[in-house]
Amino acid sequence: MSEQERPPEQPFEDSQPETLFIQHFCEEARPLSYYLKNMSGYSALKKALGMSSDEVINEVKKAHIRGRGGAGFPAGVKWSLIPKESAKAKYFICNADESEPGTFKDRDLMRYTPHLVLEGMAIGAYAIGAHTGYIYIRGEYVRETGILQAAILEAEKAGYLGKNIMGTGFDFEITIHRGAGAYICGEETALLNSLEGRRGEPRVKPPYPAIAGAFGGPTVVNNVETLAGVPFVLNRGGDWYAKLGRITNSGGTRIYEVSGHVKKPGLYELDSGSVTVRQLIYDYCHGILDDKKLKAVIPGGSSAPVLRADEIDVVADIDPMLKIGSMLGSAGMIVVSEDYCLVRLLARIVRFYAHESCGQCTPCREGTKWAQDILDRIEGGRGHQQDLGLILQVADNMNAKSLCALADAAAGPIISFVTKFRADFEAHIRGGKCPHA
Amino acid sequence: MADKILSDKFYSTMKKLEPRYPSKLALLLPALHAAQDEFGWLSSGVMDEVAEYIGIHPAQVREVATFYSMYNFKPVGKYHIKVCTNVSCSLRGAERLLEHCEKKLGIKVAETTPDKKFTVDEEECLGACGTAPAMMINDDYHENLDVQKLDRILGELE
Repeated sequence: MSEQERPPEQPFEDSQPETLFIQHFCEEARPLSYYLKNMSGYSALKKALGMSSDEVINEVKKAHIRGRGGAGFPAGVKWSLIPKESAKAKYFICNADESEPGTFKDRDLMRYTPHLVLEGMAIGAYAIGAHTGYIYIRGEYVRETGILQAAILEAEKAGYLGKNIMGTGFDFEITIHRGAGAYICGEETALLNSLEGRRGEPRVKPPYPAIAGAFGGPTVVNNVETLAGVPFVLNRGGDWYAKLGRITNSGGTRIYEVSGHVKKPGLYELDSGSVTVRQLIYDYCHGILDDKKLKAVIPGGSSAPVLRADEIDVVADIDPMLKIGSMLGSAGMIVVSEDYCLVRLLARIVRFYAHESCGQCTPCREGTKWAQDILDRIEGGRGHQQDLGLILQVADNMNAKSLCALADAAAGPIISFVTKFRADFEAHIRGGKCPHA
Repeated sequence: MADKILSDKFYSTMKKLEPRYPSKLALLLPALHAAQDEFGWLSSGVMDEVAEYIGIHPAQVREVATFYSMYNFKPVGKYHIKVCTNVSCSLRGAERLLEHCEKKLGIKVAETTPDKKFTVDEEECLGACGTAPAMMINDDYHENLDVQKLDRILGELE
């Protein structure tokens, strides 16, 4: 398909089309028996083990799986960056630290279809030549940790993980490593430090994890949803998977997460790029609570620059979002209705990033705190006329000036909220209080 | 070295994990989790013993442990209530729930009731935005909350 950003043509039906993941979600985790019978369980791994590692990587490259954690980096390319020969052991890591506000898909993938994630990891490990894998899971996901642990034991017992997998001589062992409450550990080099028993502070890059990652060895870190897609790529082919996506170079389905002021919040798995933000809100989520008007949408986790109500005809995929100055990120859409105070909302967002800044880089540590103070002041009715200029300046001084993207994650919302909804901020400053209060 | 505070179960859990990691330091977070599971919080003595087990200076244990929000450095109540007040939960009324908790239990955020039964904390995003507002009590999630449901849940706690 050569057309870029072709708007979806099929009429809306109030039932979701065939999905890779969500059709298998139910009250309980799907056990191995279900996975084998209904999801061609571990047949993709078996197929991969009969191929060369390059063939596996090429199939994943063809599939155009772009990272579902937020950065959108193609998984196949990431795998291909791992050196073939390495004196140090290689590691394959699943990033299950889901903590970007508005993001809640990985939790369901792990608790309902844990074996998909394990199989995806095993295929990736074979492709890069790793024998040790870790699932770095956020500490709060206690139940999901138990489910994954049980699934690993099931898979080991049946010979799908562990030593000499399916008699092929390939060994791959997965250990679950629990985080302990730190948003920044979703950043892959912070994750690696945390895994190694250190403070979760991002590292200086280069070297990139592909060259020197966990314990100094070449390392791949992939998001849960990214990995859950991998078995489908091997089973049905990279071309098939790529064609699920409506936009060139963005294959597969995508779990859109909608929260906030919609009537039907939740997860919606659709072909990547087959839907606009408007369709997600009004067709899938049945519109705004109490039939109020839409005020704003944060389209990709709380770090994504905000969209006004007149910008929601954008196709929900990576490139179209970038084109209008925002980002799809983790596809976590936060919907805000007309009567909610956006100053309060931005202040809450920035408070989060200020709290989660690891403190290593001055622009981030100081910038997020200063921005928080200014926003709290404006929200509390004590803002000055010059505060809007000041906060934009602070945001500019934070943006792209640190080791990782945390400061940018605060700067993007600040710049977009203040620019697009300037009147709301000015009303607070002029009136000395929140007009919504 | 003083008498051991951590149980045999702690040491046998760690023993099983050791071959899973290429370095002993990597066992630090798992060890702190296991230690906190035993006492509900990490006392100075416990952290010193973890340092001895890992083979690092006690200051290094504190340096790492204090980076993370889930480790408690003072005792918490039997029920540790963590109410998410991040964006999606906020949009769905999380602050009302938090205020209700504070009022009902007669404590402020980060405090524990005198009978040591409840601790209330404000929590960052729990990853339950589609079922907001949400909270955790100890290891369990409670979602789609409103004041009535919160009252019912709190009422059922012994």
